[in-house]
Amino acid sequence: MKVQLWRIAHARSGDKADRADIGLFAFDAQTYAVLRREVTRERLAAHFAGFAAGEVELWPLDNILALKIVLNGALQGGAARSLRMDNLGKNVAARLLKMEVEAPEDLPRLVRERKP
Amino acid sequence: MKTIRVGAGLGFYGDSWRPVRASIERGGVQYIASDHLSELTLAILQKDRQKDPSAGYARDAVPMLAELWPLAAKTGVKFVLNAGGLNPEGARQAIARTFRDKGWKAKIATITGDSVLERIDELRAAGESLAHMDTGADIAGVRSRLLFANAYLGAQPIAEALARGADIVLTGRVADAALTLGPLAHEFGWRWDDWDRLAAGLTLGHLLECSGQGSGGNFGSAGEWARIPDYAHLGYPIAEVREDGSALFTKPPGTGGRVSFDTIRQQLLYEVHDPHAYVSPDVVLDMGTLRFDDEGGDRVQISGASGAARPASLKIVAGYQDGWMGTGMIGFAWPEAYAKCEKSAEIIQALVAERGWAVEDTNVEYIGYDSLLGANADPTYRDQLNECFLRMTIRTKDKRVADGFGRLFPWLGLSGPPFVGSMKGVQPAKELLGIWPALARRELIESGIQISLEEIK
Repeated sequence: MKVQLWRIAHARSGDKADRADIGLFAFDAQTYAVLRREVTRERLAAHFAGFAAGEVELWPLDNILALKIVLNGALQGGAARSLRMDNLGKNVAARLLKMEVEAPEDLPRLVRERKP
Repeated sequence: MKTIRVGAGLGFYGDSWRPVRASIERGGVQYIASDHLSELTLAILQKDRQKDPSAGYARDAVPMLAELWPLAAKTGVKFVLNAGGLNPEGARQAIARTFRDKGWKAKIATITGDSVLERIDELRAAGESLAHMDTGADIAGVRSRLLFANAYLGAQPIAEALARGADIVLTGRVADAALTLGPLAHEFGWRWDDWDRLAAGLTLGHLLECSGQGSGGNFGSAGEWARIPDYAHLGYPIAEVREDGSALFTKPPGTGGRVSFDTIRQQLLYEVHDPHAYVSPDVVLDMGTLRFDDEGGDRVQISGASGAARPASLKIVAGYQDGWMGTGMIGFAWPEAYAKCEKSAEIIQALVAERGWAVEDTNVEYIGYDSLLGANADPTYRDQLNECFLRMTIRTKDKRVADGFGRLFPWLGLSGPPFVGSMKGVQPAKELLGIWPALARRELIESGIQISLEEIK
């Protein structure tokens, strides 16, 4: 089934100079396997097209069931010269959690879909 | 077995110190590590100092210590703070004045030598280009516009100040985690080439440096955030550390928030680049070998940090004047709230063009629709919004243009689309700052470090 990442993971983002960085965390090992398979540099570059001007970097951390993602050139040169409302990139993680991935139906920890 | 408890102080200039009280009263801490400086804070402090040479430090340290010191002194809790900012001596004088007025005793150490703004030529003569770390650009291009330039110092001078008997250690720019690593290295006598222990201390310092973010605050999630208990009384995190660097991570009893595998791994990766090479002045940490064992009840055991040798160079972050931002805002109610914002943006852009203003960048955002999510906002309900706000910002080298931009907006209230709100005055030009990261050999920086101690009797 297609799910948005918020149903299977949680995330936090921050800034360092012109980089936005995100930690993406699976609730359990089974979900982590989904993240490893689905969340690739190519998919991330497509999801953040027009936002991250530079390279997308990605490191898996098996010990904490997490992916570390760095979007270079994403903050208009840095928080103190950014024109954006979200100059600190705090919501880049929220943007990532909207990414759609293919996941098995029987995942143990699936955050329930709420009606808008 | 000896353990040392370090509690988080502030996580930024302006953060609340109210939760620190609980860490002292019932968290059993011996040290408070308080981080007042984000990457940008020095720019704010520089403006303060331009107006008043005795300023330039994080002023919140004074009321924080005034409130917490009587409690801390009872049990001998020590404070390590980077609140010195650009003027650690000024911070010490202000704190000392308060302590003398109240008749309190304390030994206050200050650590200086991080500021290299006056040493740029000297560093360049010594062979450091100070080129931009990411782009390789020559610093000459921003040289005349530099507002501050500070190296990130490590934990060694902090440990030394504590060894000399300081109760309060005031620093300028140091690696945030050094505020924790310093006390740990001092207490346990860790060697400065014991990379695994230093890496463990760095890990804990990193988990503590953002106050409430290490104990359930800003827990980035859907649904889960609502299950974090009692935000209003969220306790700041505490690390109870053993000699080998392993630690229990927790928070004071009877406080809100949550310390769990989920909440602390979010903080572990926060503002980290390569997690296998998290560089600090004292050690390079590999996060890939860490173990977090969640015991429940807001207790997580942390172990397994591995470190590699410290870098030969220290990081410098400089800030430079980079033009002005003009801002305008106007809000509209249903019907066609978004369409009216879009039309207003068109009108404003036409007015800017007619005036021939030199504008380098224009940013158009719709608050209530895409101002935080950008292109990832879901357009399904865009045309049915109950209300929407247009926020426009421009970048320009001319301060008058930035000021004039905001003044274009109020006119729309009587002469633009209907059902407006938020006419709350005009926003003045805001100064923009560029950040310039660079490297310099550590011995060039460290030769300038000074530790001084004042005893208030």
